[in-house]
Parts: sequence; structure tokens; C-alpha cells
Amino acid sequence: MRGKIMSTRSIVTASVLATAVASALSSLAFAAPLSEAAVKAAMDAGKEKCFGVALKGQNDCAAGPGTTCQGTSTVDYQGNAWKFVDGGTCASMELPGDRKGSMTELNRDLPA
Amino acid sequence: MQASKRTVGSDVLRFPDYPVQGLAGTSFKPEHLPAILAEGSRHGFFEVHAENYMGAGGAPHLALSRIRQDYPVSLHGVCMSIGGPRPLDRDHLARFKGVVDRYEPALVSEHLAWSTHDTTYFNDLLPLPYNRSTLELVASHIDQVQETIGRKILLENPSSYLVFEESTMPETEFIRQISERTGCGLLLDVNNVFVSAANIGSSAMEYLADYPLNLVEEIHLAGHSEQETEEGELLLIDSHDGPVSDAVWKLFEIVIARSGPIATLIEWDSAVPDWPILHREAIAAQAILDRGQHIEMPHGDAYAISR
Amino acid sequence: MRFPAENPAMEEKLDFAAYFAGGLLDPHREIPECVSDPRGKSAERRYNIYRNNVIVSLIDALAAIFPATQRITGPEFFRAMARFHIRATPPSSPLLFEYGHDFPAFIERYEYARDMPWLADVARLERAWLDAYHAADEPPLAKEALSQVPPELLGCLRFRRHPAARLVCSNYPVVDIFNANRSDAAVGKIAAATAQSALITRPAFDVELRGLPKDAEVFLSRLLEGGSLEVAAASAFEVSSEFDLASTISMMIEAGVFTATFPGEVQHGY
Repeated sequence: MRGKIMSTRSIVTASVLATAVASALSSLAFAAPLSEAAVKAAMDAGKEKCFGVALKGQNDCAAGPGTTCQGTSTVDYQGNAWKFVDGGTCASMELPGDRKGSMTELNRDLPA
Repeated sequence: MQASKRTVGSDVLRFPDYPVQGLAGTSFKPEHLPAILAEGSRHGFFEVHAENYMGAGGAPHLALSRIRQDYPVSLHGVCMSIGGPRPLDRDHLARFKGVVDRYEPALVSEHLAWSTHDTTYFNDLLPLPYNRSTLELVASHIDQVQETIGRKILLENPSSYLVFEESTMPETEFIRQISERTGCGLLLDVNNVFVSAANIGSSAMEYLADYPLNLVEEIHLAGHSEQETEEGELLLIDSHDGPVSDAVWKLFEIVIARSGPIATLIEWDSAVPDWPILHREAIAAQAILDRGQHIEMPHGDAYAISR
Repeated sequence: MRFPAENPAMEEKLDFAAYFAGGLLDPHREIPECVSDPRGKSAERRYNIYRNNVIVSLIDALAAIFPATQRITGPEFFRAMARFHIRATPPSSPLLFEYGHDFPAFIERYEYARDMPWLADVARLERAWLDAYHAADEPPLAKEALSQVPPELLGCLRFRRHPAARLVCSNYPVVDIFNANRSDAAVGKIAAATAQSALITRPAFDVELRGLPKDAEVFLSRLLEGGSLEVAAASAFEVSSEFDLASTISMMIEAGVFTATFPGEVQHGY
């Protein structure tokens, strides 16, 4: 283990780190994340956001469950059609090489 | 308008001390926030479930803070398990206090129900029998909540689907005694009165005649749905998934005519519509409240509703 | 102050909740004897309203936490799988947004999900997404903080994790699958051979998700564990000599993975 650390030290020199950090910072010149203060200021200026739903891009559609103080008229029939993938996207997900449906074959394609 | 103050470290949060009495409000759904702000009426109030704001940070707190700047907020707890036999969850109680302190709500309420037993949280408002033992229990739990948060809570009547053989007193009597012992106020859910009466086979008018209306500081109105049993018997579910029914509007008018205007909430928690539709229900409630505005606040027996 | 529920004599009279709770998650159990139908009929139908409220509301809660997982399997499959999980592991906290941490492991063991070995990782990512959504607010590390560090001290620099930052490692294209299924849009081609790890952050109020190659994952893992910049970079170069250190540092600042830097030895308690 000690030997390994010694060898890695020789790879990542202080100058490699310094160059990488300088390069990273220069690329960030105009890309710093909004601070919360900036976000709040933008909101106060009337640029209201839609919270929790339809945020941005495709990644944000759910904000998790809310609590309930009501009953539900939806009935859980305890159906047993659960062996089958019904109407989900799994069966329609297109994979390279004409493979569809079950993605078990993914295992074969894993990088070694 | 007086500003209330709170200091946390170096941060001083100030929310205006908006009055809520006699206003109609709605459940707050974050998806409505842009429409609410765009409309900018700043009339009415919003109610939130306390538990949904017990996360550490993020968008929920941002949204509620924004609403709280412009409106009074009612904080409605749904899972304190006040009606359960086990000791209250002290961690949960502390979190509840945290939300009360943070948002300075105009109203704080909880349910006459339980939802946790031993280590399982059932996510439903479960019923309890009404007798001397449960009276002791519920009263001590309410004392504990009120002592912890340093203010009065309002206790909401449940919707019922069955009865307990161990019950020895009517729900109205139970609630009256709880309030006498603890000093808590009441949240009258008119839809629950209607749903319970239909399911238990009792009279909603009798319930309201026996109920201590003089202690009510908030009213809930909501939609319910119908289910039919195999034997063709109709059961009502307090599903909060549609507009308030005509019968519940009628009961509400009767209550307001007796009690004068009381903060009234439209609850709509599933199949939530767009903001204008939800808001329309609150406007309808406000019209009834405004008609009740000129009635002199009655005292004592003047509250009585004839059966 | 003494509360009656802490008094054993009192508790005997208060066993209604134990009887009532017993059958709520067990459809085969007899309904409690202490309840009745006010019209004198069997109370089963009425008790079943509570049973239904409990199971449907908890299934709905899992569906709200794991929407992509549900979209992949379809609602019927998902709801059946969720029902098994809820009966085995009901929530213990009343904070529903914290429910479901055991669900990915359940999916992994769930017999009928074996055709979808990546499903559990998608669920892990969704659970981490919600953790990030509710995490404490903290401003992320400003790039200025890094520019002020003298070059000779960069090697032993360590970073404090942002409360929202999480890594979900996977052997599957978990980020692509997640992205494709968290919207209503049609699912396009997904490169099956790509192992991805997911970096979840929340620099302000929106949760951000990035797919990472293995070397960047190892780099951030080391830093998140409290390792120094030098150790993290060395570990990443061991994975791949092509590791792009500069752009990974740039990405981690932009994403808001950390809130602060501190020098020297690992400081415990962060």
C-alpha cells in the first residue's frame, strides 16, 4: 500500500494540481452557481419560479409525497397482474443492436 | 400592521402579523404559487400540513416563506397521534415547534385521531373510542403539545366510518370536555360532520346543536366521494378531491348564521384543480362569511342550533 | 409531568389502538372486535376503508418518490411491488418524504424485477434526488475560495460536503434511464454499455443531476470521504490516465458538491 501511495505521488505533482485548478477556475469565470442570496433577489424582482413541479429540464417532475388528512376513494384491488410489465417504458426502451424490452442483456455489455 | 419578531442567531425573520378571523382560505399547493403571486390579491389565507415543511431546507421552505410574506398561514398537523395511547413522539413534537416558530402561523391545529402505533406510521387518521380513559389521554397529549409550542391549538373533529363499543359518550361531549380541560380551541370540519352523520346514521343537525360552536376558531370545508357496499349501502369518504357539496354548503351557512364569521378553509388535497377553480370555492365561502358579518356575535345559549 | 399513557394501569384500558392497528396492513387478519357497524352489520366493510386508506396512501407515497421507477415498470407492476414492500417495511417516521430508503434494496430482491437489474439503481437515484431536494440550504463553495489557496498547499486541501451532494454508483446507464423516465416524453435510445454514476447536487433550489465516468466518480468519492485533493486525483489517474482533472474540478464547483475547503489532516465531525 505504501508503495502505491509513493507511485501516485509521483504522478500528481503540485504543479499538475496547480495547473488543473487554475484551468478549472478560468473556465468558471462566468459560470459560478447562483448563490441563495442571488436566487432570493431574483425572486423578489418578480421572476417567480414554479416550485416543486415542472422545474427545469427533464429531471424535476416530482417533489415527493405530501401527507394526507383525507380518505381516498381509490381502491386497492390487490390485483395480481404484477408479473407483467404493463404499459411501462421498459418494453419500449430502445437499446442499441435492435434489442428492446428486458434489459437483462445489459449484463453482457458491461465494461470488463 | 404590527410585525412579529423572531431571532435565530444573527438572522431576524419578520413575518407580518396578519389577522385571519372571518377570512376564507385554501390549502396551499406549491404548484399554485406562480398563479397566486401573479394574481396578487393578498386576500384570504393558506393552510399547510406542518409535516410537509419539516425537511431541512430547499424549495418547500422557499415557497412557504414567500406565501407567508403576503398572507396569514394556518399550520395543520396531521400526524401528532394525539388520540393514540402511546406517548407523543418527542422528536416530532420538537419539529412541530420548529415549524410554528419559523412561520408564526395565525392558527395551529391537529386532529382528534391517531396515526402511529408502536413503530409504524399508518398515514391515515385513525379513530378512537370516546370514554373516560381516552379523555384523560387526549387531554394530557394536548396539554403537552400546547406547553411545548407555547400556544393554543385547535382540535379537529374526525370523519367516522364505524363506532367503538367502548365509547361511553358522544363525540360532541368528548370534544367539549377536552376543550374545557385543556383550553384548546376547536376546528370544526363541517364536511366531516356530514360524512360521519351519513356513515354512522346520525343527524348532522343534532351534532351541530350539541357541538360547542363558541369555541370554534376555524372551519374546514371539503368535497367527499361516495362508495357503495355490496349490500347497496352508501358510505361517504372524506376524499378532499372535489368541490364542496351542496349539503355541506348549507350546513356551513347554518353554522355561520349562528356563530358569525370564522376563518374558513377549503381543503382540496387530491385531484387538485388549477388555482382559479380552487380559489372560486374560497370566494364562495367568503361570500357566506361576509353575509354573517353583520350578525352580532352571540353569547352562551345564543349559539344553540335547534334540531 | 406524567402522562397517562406512561402509566401501565391506564394503558390496559387503552389497547384499542393495538387491536385496530393489527389488521391495517394484514388483509388476512380478522377485523378487531372492538369496532362495529352502527346499523349492527359486520364492520368489515367499514374497517376496510381504513385498510384501503393506509395501503393506497402509502403506495401513492412511494409512487411520488419513485416516478421514473413506476414509469419503467408501469403502474400495475409498481403498485403490486410497492404493496409487498409496504407490508414488509411500513414507514416508521411520519415524515413521508423520508420513506422508501429500503425500497431500492427490496427491488433488488424482488423476484419479478430480476429482468430489470438496473431498476434498483434508478430507485436509488430517485431516493437520493428527494434527499437532495429537502437537504439543508447552504451556499456552495465559491470559486474564489479555491483561487486563494497557495499552489503548494493544494495537494493537502480537503473539502466539506454540501448537505445536498450525493453520489449514486451504478454499472448501468442510470442517469440516462432516469432522465428518459422523469418526463412524459418518449424514451429514446439508451446506450446499454455505458456504466454511469450519478452526481446529485442542489447548488440553490433546483436539484441537479450529472452522469460521471468512473474516474470522476472515484475522484469525487475520495473527496467526499474527506480525502485530500492529491489522494483523490491520484486515485482517479489510477482508474484512467486520461482523467480530466481540470474539467472535473470545474464541474464540481459548478455543481456545488462542496461548501468549504479546509487544509491538512482529516477533520472529524464533518
